[in-house]
Amino acid sequence: MSSPIQSQGTAEVHPDVLLVERARQGDMQAFEKLVRQYDRQVFRIAQHIVQNREDAEDVVQDAFLKAYEKLDQFQGNSKFYTWLVRIAVNESLMRLRKRRTGRMVSIDEDVETEEGSMPRDLADWSPDPEALYGQSEMADILRKTIQGLPPGFRVVFALRDVEGLSTEETAETLGLSIPAVKSRLLRARLQLRERLARYFKRRDQKKAQDGVK
Amino acid sequence: MTCTEFLAQLDEMLDQPTSAPLRADLEEHLRSCEHCEITLNTTRKTIQIYRSHELYELPDDLRDRLHKAILAKCRKC
Repeated sequence: MSSPIQSQGTAEVHPDVLLVERARQGDMQAFEKLVRQYDRQVFRIAQHIVQNREDAEDVVQDAFLKAYEKLDQFQGNSKFYTWLVRIAVNESLMRLRKRRTGRMVSIDEDVETEEGSMPRDLADWSPDPEALYGQSEMADILRKTIQGLPPGFRVVFALRDVEGLSTEETAETLGLSIPAVKSRLLRARLQLRERLARYFKRRDQKKAQDGVK
Repeated sequence: MTCTEFLAQLDEMLDQPTSAPLRADLEEHLRSCEHCEITLNTTRKTIQIYRSHELYELPDDLRDRLHKAILAKCRKC
């Protein structure tokens, strides 16, 4: 991501703000730069929510188009990226709703479950779980595992832990309170850990313990 | 500190440096609780694994196609 540059005054202006300003005045190259900068992230976030490549492609198109149409509404007080992610999350939830033939989907769905609040699988993992599987098998395991979480947990984990947004940015993007983000993140992490344990558990634990004696 | 209290503060161990007294309490619990130590380490590993694997790559040809479609639609706005 680009670093802030110094403007004429003492305040720092993020380069995105200048690109947005130029795009507002009809400079398509400036907008294309913004697309190139953030398309991969928007695609990943959309995939995390909709879990379907075709829909994620549509979300990327719709989110950038909507952002372009609403550029005038973008206030420089939040980052362009978090503003764009907010649009992409909403578009993704709408897609998910369509796919489920009208059934309501919100980021609050299924989050009241108590599942995953307490760890059940207490066995230690292999010291290097990634060495247990090939690259593509590992990616399959990770995709399958995160698909099992409710959308409201998936999106918080994806924004906070995969994309690296701060807790505050995640809260702002999703319209949630900071405690709600923290609580969902904790449960998402614990549920993923629990589900991954079956793949990554030490298989030689007994042998290893015996060997210590 | 109980395991439930420890788990409720797990993010303090995973995310940012926390206040010294709380951290000391959490570390003290960890020294005497193997289960929480495993939970902490494997949760940390979970995050690290998800961070380091690109699960949803955007191939260049698809990327180009999307760019063209987006810009064409924007020009019509």
